[in-house]
Amino acid sequence: MSRVNRATATQSFGVSFTVGLYGTAFGAASIAAGFSVLQTCLLSLLTFSGASQFAVAGIMGAGGTAISAIATASLLGTRNMLYALRMAPLLRVTGIKKVIAAHITIDESTGVAISQEKLGTQAMKQGFWLTGFGVYTFWNSFTLLGALGAQAMGNPSAWGLDAAVPAAFLGLLWPNLTNNFERVLAVSALVMAVVLSPVLSAGLPIISTVVLAVVFGWKARI
Amino acid sequence: MIPEKYLTNPRVLRINTLIPIVLMSAMVGVQTVTENGKWVIDQRLAGIAVAVVALLLKAPYFVVMVSAALTSALLYRL
Repeated sequence: MSRVNRATATQSFGVSFTVGLYGTAFGAASIAAGFSVLQTCLLSLLTFSGASQFAVAGIMGAGGTAISAIATASLLGTRNMLYALRMAPLLRVTGIKKVIAAHITIDESTGVAISQEKLGTQAMKQGFWLTGFGVYTFWNSFTLLGALGAQAMGNPSAWGLDAAVPAAFLGLLWPNLTNNFERVLAVSALVMAVVLSPVLSAGLPIISTVVLAVVFGWKARI
Repeated sequence: MIPEKYLTNPRVLRINTLIPIVLMSAMVGVQTVTENGKWVIDQRLAGIAVAVVALLLKAPYFVVMVSAALTSALLYRL
């Protein structure tokens, strides 16, 4: 096996650790939503998709049905399909390796892989695998820590967990709002979901905002 | 599987990037000012307001979360 490029390894580690740290937020959010520590860890181990996991915890916690939670999570995961398109010809994996590669195809592993483009395909592959496994390890370890910590709390509101969860979502959302178009869309979606909450059963107000994404996306100039 | 032609259509790509934005924004709203489908203004709103300030000040992620939690917890206990 060839030596791993040092810059690639460093970048992979940095990204993996930082992203993994967010796992504590998910662990805590999941416990607040009523999942057990075991269920929380299984969610992280088996689905391994940050935004989707937060969605499941958030919607179930707000009293939503499992169906709307899963639908939301799936929609959030669709971008991984696009990453797979980009990575597949590069990785050229088959069989069990393909399944593993698919599981760790996320924003970060794809991102690090692509940023190694100047160093060649070997570095890109290394970036992908290192980051993928790195994030997986850290994310799951921190999920466990977060879940255990939250469970020790008792009443979530007394610790501000009921504000920490939406704050976690807000923190994830904020850097993605890069222009006024997206900011207006975000506020519109927020208002729409809140306004619809007394009218639609739990979970539906959130999913219904996808209509806004379609309308805004359809009309936008590319 | 979904045909590649459909997946790389510019409109689909555009909409696809907007989906996380709407869903996350909706969740922030619902989790801050609703409870079991009803509109409720409570200590959480103050926590989120502090989170927004922290984000505007470009604070690190954990500072944003902890400051929101602290604010909310303090108000809850008062």
